Amino acid sequence: MKSTPTLEQAQQEVVDEFALFADWQDRYEQIIEMGKDLPLIAADLKTDDNLVRGCQSRVWLHARLAPDPDGGPAVMQLTADSDALITKGLVALVVRVLNNRTPEEVLEAKLDFIDRIGLREHLSPTRSNGLASMLDQMRRYALAFSR
Amino acid sequence: MDSRPEAEATTRFDAGAVRADFPILERRIHGRPLVYLDNAATSQKPRPVVEAMAAYYATINANVHRGVHTLSILATEAQEAARETVRGHLNARHAHEVIFTAGTTASLNLAAFSLGQLLLQPGDEVLITGMEHHANIVPWQLACARHGAVLKVIPITDEGELEESGDAHFTERTRILAFTHASNTLGTVNPAKHLVSRARQRGIVTVVDGAQAVPHMAVDVQDLGCDLYAFSGHKMFGPTGIGVLYGREEVLERMPPWQSGGEMIDRVTFQHTTYAKLPFKFEAGTPHIAGIIGLGEAVRWIHGNDPRAMAAHEQALLEHATRELLTIDGLRIIGTAREKVGVASFTIDGVHHYDLGTLLDQQGIAVRTGHHCTQPLMDRFGITGTTRASFAPYNTAEEVDALVAAVIKAVNMLR
Repeated sequence: MKSTPTLEQAQQEVVDEFALFADWQDRYEQIIEMGKDLPLIAADLKTDDNLVRGCQSRVWLHARLAPDPDGGPAVMQLTADSDALITKGLVALVVRVLNNRTPEEVLEAKLDFIDRIGLREHLSPTRSNGLASMLDQMRRYALAFSR
Repeated sequence: MDSRPEAEATTRFDAGAVRADFPILERRIHGRPLVYLDNAATSQKPRPVVEAMAAYYATINANVHRGVHTLSILATEAQEAARETVRGHLNARHAHEVIFTAGTTASLNLAAFSLGQLLLQPGDEVLITGMEHHANIVPWQLACARHGAVLKVIPITDEGELEESGDAHFTERTRILAFTHASNTLGTVNPAKHLVSRARQRGIVTVVDGAQAVPHMAVDVQDLGCDLYAFSGHKMFGPTGIGVLYGREEVLERMPPWQSGGEMIDRVTFQHTTYAKLPFKFEAGTPHIAGIIGLGEAVRWIHGNDPRAMAAHEQALLEHATRELLTIDGLRIIGTAREKVGVASFTIDGVHHYDLGTLLDQQGIAVRTGHHCTQPLMDRFGITGTTRASFAPYNTAEEVDALVAAVIKAVNMLR
């Protein structure tokens, strides 16, 4: 039986991966590659309903509550997309860390890995971008699912 | 116009001497020298402006027009001296035609609220253009909604100019024409004098958004002939939080006040209030005294630095940037009007402006990305945003080259 890493382990993995990069260019190239690799959200889910409005870049996020295959509590399955590659890469990281976790875990998650890999600026309110709005939206889904 | 005189102006103009007045330009961002090309959002502040504001707080801070004590008199004198400086800069007939506001947005809200009340009846029309900033759209939408009036829009061409038939959009119901002197997104300079004169022939009140024009050109409001002219201090080397609404005396006298409170009244009883004379009728509450003094100093700084040479230098930077940017594969300049201020807005095929802005920032280059508060204009061009480089006199050709090199590097990373 595969064991899902804890949320903290998943974040640490990302931090360790990024520790290998010497400069901004390597870091961003990695983010951009992750953006290119992110499975696109199914076309029928890329709707205005699933659009998280940001001023600069747009993010589409879909969340569904699915039974855990191992018989545990139901988990949130996330798919997402963005029209900007860097946002998409960051979204991919967030999805990687939070996918298949219970709504309670998502609600309690302290996501500090974005800060720790030196990309906190993407959560700055001045960016008014899709990433911060997407995290808010994810928590709203989790709150709705946990009721 | 032949480009040679401008090139010569660049050689004559000493951007280095101007730069020395702006301590912030010595900063490094992400370990790289700062290349500040977001001047249309806000300009940097020269040392004399910063020092004048600090000196006000340090030496003469007091409320204006209220006390008989020495400090209050000194503060009032400094504020009114700044008003006179701004009057001279605009060549307004009277200092009391200069109303201090919080900025262009506040000026336009004042204009729309007050003129709406004064002029608009159900079925009347307010005419704007397709290149307006949201601050010159939404206040008019609200005024139209309050008075049952209709908002009409002069369309723009693919080049980003007003359609030639612009004044064909005047009808007998048009009461107000509100338009931008220079577009923040496209750089387009509109034929303001022509539009104003056509409107005035029909008795239409004219409101000009000068936020992007005042930093780049001499604006003579008497020559222009407009009724109201709005602009901000912070885009013309002055502080944030201070702006101006110039108004012709005859129009301002007829306009009802917008905000109310202290300073703007003559006499208050619980039955009736009579208002103070101009400009105080429109300046409720304690004004941004330090900001007014800083704005006055900014105007003095402009005149101390050969504004014509600075404008020519900006034009040379714009031409250089446009030429070099167009060598990049898939790059399209949004806004190719014949007459522009120093704004180069562009899109690049397959590259999102957010990604580009992020990667430019990593290289120390500050530009604006997004819709620039002109969403209808973005819809007109079928885009979601642009990357915008905008120039000030302290920018150099080397900085333009740094921008182009950084864009190429970013595009290579993103494709």
